[in-house]
Amino acid sequence: MYAQMIKSEATQDDPEKLAAFQARIDRGEKIEPKDWMPEGYRKTLIRQIGQHAHSEIVGQLPEGNWVTRAPTLERKAILLAKVQDEAGHGLYLYCAAETLGVSRDEMTEMLLDGRMKYSSIFNYPTLTWADMGAVGWLVDGAAIMNQVPLQRTSYGPYARAMVRICKEESFHQRQGFDVMMKMCRGTDAQKRMAQDALNRFWFPSLMMFGPSDKDSKHSAQSMAWKIKMNTNDELRQKFVDQTVPQAEYLGLTVPDPDLRWNEETGHYDFTEPDWSEFMDVLQGNGPCNRDRLEARNKAWDDGAWVREGLMAHAEKRRAARVAAE
Amino acid sequence: MSNHAPAPYPGTGTPEGKARREWPLWEVFIRGQHGMSHRHVGSLHAPDAELAMRNARDVYTRRHEGVSIWVVPSAQITASAPSEKGPMFDPADSKTYRHPTFFDIPDDVGAM
Repeated sequence: MYAQMIKSEATQDDPEKLAAFQARIDRGEKIEPKDWMPEGYRKTLIRQIGQHAHSEIVGQLPEGNWVTRAPTLERKAILLAKVQDEAGHGLYLYCAAETLGVSRDEMTEMLLDGRMKYSSIFNYPTLTWADMGAVGWLVDGAAIMNQVPLQRTSYGPYARAMVRICKEESFHQRQGFDVMMKMCRGTDAQKRMAQDALNRFWFPSLMMFGPSDKDSKHSAQSMAWKIKMNTNDELRQKFVDQTVPQAEYLGLTVPDPDLRWNEETGHYDFTEPDWSEFMDVLQGNGPCNRDRLEARNKAWDDGAWVREGLMAHAEKRRAARVAAE
Repeated sequence: MSNHAPAPYPGTGTPEGKARREWPLWEVFIRGQHGMSHRHVGSLHAPDAELAMRNARDVYTRRHEGVSIWVVPSAQITASAPSEKGPMFDPADSKTYRHPTFFDIPDDVGAM
């Protein structure tokens, strides 16, 4: 899940309008940009879609780290395509958020100065090539769990962005699993590397779904508005149930001694991640928070002359065209 | 009628002390296959039409989604307003005779 702990905004609108709005959502109608919507709905969505977009953009950094060091030319081309997709996903989402009355540059500035967040998962380092496998398999796998139901979200532009993203995300997860399979069928050192990647990414992946339902204060309103389709714990359980057999297939051990199949519930019992670590990473104290924000700030600042230069060029050409007419 | 232009949205515009010169917004339309119409797929920012076209190719057709692209400045699109939905579209409700199924043609007549 790329949007975590989205605080839903209180809404102070005419109760009659609110009821009519809720009725539209309950009927399954899509809300479109120019339709009336409660202020709280609009602001919560900006925060959620914005955070989602930022996660796609910042998410390029841990993988970009391995583009020049991919083991083969084919792997490099695949990784490049994946990183390019993440940029595309960010752009689809920024466009969706922009229809709510915030501009892309405004959102970028809010990311850069820390007013807006991105997913906690991207504050963990990618230390070995096996991490590229683990990120695709686990991180993109967790993202898919969240994004597939969001294709039915009530806000039209968000739902449509999700449809495009989900189509592409499946490639991301499969390429990650493919990297893991290769490593797990390789030498002992490669298998150890794959196991080490799983060890490091397992709990951070579980954190992607956000805090436990009992501590999730903002869910009820967002679920009523259908901008959140499942609870955090539902999605986390679904992810564990789906991923554990995949780990077994790979011959890897999930780093949770208390993980076991529960006949009664038909689900795996598992250990919750360390929520104090999660909160700490959100506060900016994860292993890579500072690096990630520095990299984004540098890219934004270094690109300023390009953005301005192209704009000046476009204006000059427009003026010349007008003069010629 | 109202303009579909993205700006000025409430809450956008120039924040205190910082002149923002953003690239304008473009709407992207793609013809998916030969023989089909162009369809709106999304939007993007670009300084001019040429770069809007290049960006549209990279953002919206990485997997052969199209055979032709249109880019249109968002500010140039005029859209109907949701509040006018009734007067705009309701008149069609009472004109069911515009549909062929309105007319009962006996089976004996054959295909029509």
